[in-house]
Amino acid sequence: MANGPLFNRALSDWMQSEGPDRDIVFSSRVRLARNLRTQPFPMLATNHQSGEVLEQVRGVMNNQQLQGIDRFQLIELKDLNELQKRVLVEKHLISPNLANEARNGAVILSENESISIMVNEEDHLRIQCLYAGFQIREAWELASRIDDIFESQLEYAFDEKRGYLTSCPTNVGTGLRASVMMHLPALVITKQINRLLPAITQVGLAVRGLYGEGSEAMGNLFQISNQITLGQSEEEILDNLYRVAKQIIAHERTARQKLLQESRDRLIDRVNRSYGILAHAHIMDSKEAAQRLSDVRLGIDLGLIQTNTTPTIMNELIVMSQPGFLQQLSGSKLSPEERDVRRAELIRSRLKSS
Amino acid sequence: MMCQECGSKPATLHFTKIVNGEKTEFHFCDSCAREKGELIPGTSNGFSIHNLLSGLLDFDPTGKGSTSSKPQHSRCEECGLTYTQFSKIGRFGCSACYQYFSDRLDPLFKRVHGNVVHVGKVPVRSGGKIKQQRELERLKRELQLRIEREEFEAAASLRDKIRDLERKIADL
Repeated sequence: MANGPLFNRALSDWMQSEGPDRDIVFSSRVRLARNLRTQPFPMLATNHQSGEVLEQVRGVMNNQQLQGIDRFQLIELKDLNELQKRVLVEKHLISPNLANEARNGAVILSENESISIMVNEEDHLRIQCLYAGFQIREAWELASRIDDIFESQLEYAFDEKRGYLTSCPTNVGTGLRASVMMHLPALVITKQINRLLPAITQVGLAVRGLYGEGSEAMGNLFQISNQITLGQSEEEILDNLYRVAKQIIAHERTARQKLLQESRDRLIDRVNRSYGILAHAHIMDSKEAAQRLSDVRLGIDLGLIQTNTTPTIMNELIVMSQPGFLQQLSGSKLSPEERDVRRAELIRSRLKSS
Repeated sequence: MMCQECGSKPATLHFTKIVNGEKTEFHFCDSCAREKGELIPGTSNGFSIHNLLSGLLDFDPTGKGSTSSKPQHSRCEECGLTYTQFSKIGRFGCSACYQYFSDRLDPLFKRVHGNVVHVGKVPVRSGGKIKQQRELERLKRELQLRIEREEFEAAASLRDKIRDLERKIADL
């Protein structure tokens, strides 16, 4: 497993596929939090109880309907080393929480890595579906189908008044967290983002940086997700997110066109400078890499850079330049300084080969 | 500790904000925290909701103290989690906690979600049960009505229907 594509390839298969509005929306994700009625939530479960949950969930893997969706493998976290866990976090296949502290923690992954089901995270089950581009409804439909399959074999904690019962009060009701990862460089350059973000939060949505809660927006990537899970139906939640994301896409496109019209030379200079630095630098910290990669991605999307570098390579480099990945590829632990050199080297060679 | 805003009331909402490694601590009393709407999760300042949850749980949103006449459980009999522990960690211990702490959850859910009742997806299996339970309640109401109207023949047939349905629900 240690050398499998799961840990050495930055791009999951699902990321290679084309999706609508991919110039702005990198990915769409839906997560459903579910629990079993008869066991305490993972936080209070004994080793024996969380082990039972894992066995019950493992039992569902033979379900024919589940096998009809894709091939799945179950990976127990105790069988992974620290670097491998970190790579899975950087690929968004597991949460930092599961990597760090889960007892009897496991993840069920589909072959193309678009479905990941965490076991014994904060809740017994966290069903997650990832799609390339803006396909939030498709992600929900698939997650809901998988949810139905698990529910047909497991007794869920569900209450008529409160809905799906979750460990954290912020997830109760639908247990649904839907999010879109958006690249918004033009709104950042034109400083409109400062007006936009508060507006987004006022309609019951949350905005976060690339690596989820608590992290700042790296490389102009923003994750927009629903905040409310109780009292709104799944359709309402998705519709709300869909409409707001559509508006943001339109704003970003307008801002890009405005930049092209009003400061074309500056923009061309900026993206090509960043390309030059990425192609030649010897030391590159993660923050600078994220910013330069964002510039080049914008340049590619607007046709301002004469290169064969594809948008997909840029997505790949964003994941690859994360600390876990760099170390996994080097086959050893690296100090931050060593990582900066390795990161620069990796980006140089990837751009050269494209 | 006194509220850092008004300086006159004891602080009941405490949290720490870390931006770029710079740590700032906040201590507010209930009324100042309420006034500071921007501190509430889901708004622009982007504080983690988990940091704020325990503050919210201690919150009495009516400002009048509890008016509920129902007995309040201080402990979940199923998993042993106490309400005090719950309000500190902001996490339930098991699904039964929702029942044991039920009386006190509406203000919390109202604050976090703006709503207290689920309207979305219903699982297929327990969904069937929920549907039948609703039907059972309807039949019982009708039975009551027939008895009041002294329509005993209709009442008897309803009573049989109720028994059948109760057996069916028990078997689900």
